[in-house]
Amino acid sequence: MADTSVVSRGHRSGVSDWLRERGVYVALALVLALNLAVTSNFASTGSIVLQLIEVVPILLVALGLSLVIGTEGIDLSVGSVMAIAAGVLPLYLGYGAVPAILITLAVGALVGLLNGTLVALVGIQPIVATLGVLVGGRGLAQVIAGGQQQRISDDTIRALGSLRLAGVLPVSVLIAFSAVLVISWVTRRTTFGRHVVAVGGNRRASRFSGLPVRRTLLGVYVLSAVLAALAGILATARLGASDTPNVGQLIELSGITAVVVGGTPLSGGRVRILGTVAGALLMQLLNATFIMNNLPYTYAQMIQAVIILVAIYAQRPGVSS
Amino acid sequence: MSGSDVGSRDLPEGPPRASPPLPPALDEPTVRATSVRPGRRERLAGALQRNVSLGLLVLVALAATLAFPDFASRANLSNVAIQNALLALVAVGMTFVIISGGIDLSVGSVFALGGVLAGLGSAWGPVVALLLPLLVGLAIGAFQGLLIGRARMAPFIVTLAGLLFARGAALAISDQLPMPIQGEAARMVGQSGVAGLAYPVFIALAVVGSGAVVLNRTRYGQSLFAIGGSEEAARLMGLTVWRSKLIAYATTGALSALAGALLASRLGSGLPTAAQGMELNAIAAVVIGGTLLTGGAGTMSGTLAGVLLLGIIQNLINQVGNLGSYTQQVVSGAFLLVVVVVQRYLTREQRL
Repeated sequence: MADTSVVSRGHRSGVSDWLRERGVYVALALVLALNLAVTSNFASTGSIVLQLIEVVPILLVALGLSLVIGTEGIDLSVGSVMAIAAGVLPLYLGYGAVPAILITLAVGALVGLLNGTLVALVGIQPIVATLGVLVGGRGLAQVIAGGQQQRISDDTIRALGSLRLAGVLPVSVLIAFSAVLVISWVTRRTTFGRHVVAVGGNRRASRFSGLPVRRTLLGVYVLSAVLAALAGILATARLGASDTPNVGQLIELSGITAVVVGGTPLSGGRVRILGTVAGALLMQLLNATFIMNNLPYTYAQMIQAVIILVAIYAQRPGVSS
Repeated sequence: MSGSDVGSRDLPEGPPRASPPLPPALDEPTVRATSVRPGRRERLAGALQRNVSLGLLVLVALAATLAFPDFASRANLSNVAIQNALLALVAVGMTFVIISGGIDLSVGSVFALGGVLAGLGSAWGPVVALLLPLLVGLAIGAFQGLLIGRARMAPFIVTLAGLLFARGAALAISDQLPMPIQGEAARMVGQSGVAGLAYPVFIALAVVGSGAVVLNRTRYGQSLFAIGGSEEAARLMGLTVWRSKLIAYATTGALSALAGALLASRLGSGLPTAAQGMELNAIAAVVIGGTLLTGGAGTMSGTLAGVLLLGIIQNLINQVGNLGSYTQQVVSGAFLLVVVVVQRYLTREQRL
């Protein structure tokens, strides 16, 4: 689907190429089949929908990260942006749900603008720039929230977390699905999407060709932060409370994993949105497999680590010289 | 930058000085390819970049002494020392890794695993309690180094997987409960000391000292600078790049696990949830200490200054009271960003 690449990569053996391209779907199908066979009560609408609800924050964060990683960048601040969103949202609920959501998204955009400015204009490495925001951001969120959980009683916000269309399809899943469509369209059909892969593929060449490199970088970090803020709003809505200390904790790792397992290389120049979606679902299903079979979560973590390594090993650039 | 600045850099100011003999390679860790002698402004920027953390440390310590009478008290200073000794151990390894152009995100998890393994090993006596974590940390680091050096996988993602794996292992081994350290001797290492300072402080000082010697006075240290400066050039010079990287990551793993074991010894049990986010503090300390994240330049004294700066700031925030730990996070994050931005402008000054 949304597979955009500016450079044709060197060819290696057909099998490893095929695995690299389709590995995530194969793995997803395997885990799905395993669960259908082994896990009791897995093949019910209720449990499938639950998996979809659970994957929403990771998916939204991973969508933004795909774009950032596509420019050969990284955004470690997404979890803290979720926390900031959770802290800001209750402050403005007095004006009504819609203004509060808009303000929260705008605050997210502001954080993204800070990241983007540090990366694009000051020229700091993305890891460090967003690391600073990761460390400071959650602290800021706690300062905003006064360091405690706040219950959310606004009906609209709570509906965002619990309402189901036709009694089945949760609103939050629908929002995440729309976000997938929009980002997929952006990467495939817009000039901005073309610029993202071009900048990630070869930044110098992009600058020499007169592409708006700085604006593109600013754009991806703002988008990533806005999507993270949206994830923070939905997570808060689902919980019915603003939980700044814990919301989005370590989500940058799950998000990056989903993106990389989905076939977007960390070296940039390529964005695979559908792969990211499959990667996020794969990670969620793996966790669910362990939880629903009463196996310790800790093993899921270790297996996740092995999967990341295998995925990256399969994707590593051909050894040169 | 204005035009006159450019001119002043091209033409050395003042009376021409006799050009000094070529400095020995040992004293000049930064690989420079410029044939022009650096101008005054450039050299000033370079000196600032190398020593800014040391200067800041002196300033902050002075201000703290004046503002808080309790700060310079013996009890408080030894408290600051022990609280930061463990981070210093981790930061020494991180300095090696970052100078070589890499990054290690797994240190916090390996730290926790080290504590849990110390509890596990203490059943067989204090020697096993220290050796087991050390060896496992070394093995995890070496494996990461192998994947990074040999298979040329990105350090960021390999150590991210290491972060997940080691944390999972720590939780699995301990059954998610604190692992008690058995035996008086094993607890002694962390809890007692001499001259008002706990043993871990001396261990950390010894490691920082040896780290500085390795970095500046050995072939190995120079190879790290060369690799961080330009990996391709280092390879063409005939350096075994993958082996240097492997050693750097193995050292970091071993030191992180050792630090975790020391904390477990001090607390009387190894906590599988210890040191969440420690990788960020370690990276922040190293970067604040003037080591470039792009690799190729850095000092161990800077790292020590960075660790102490973060530690003193935390100590001060604690003394002010009523400010929560989250205020400290905001300050640390902001501080990191300011230092990196300043560093960025100083290096630009040097290289343009």
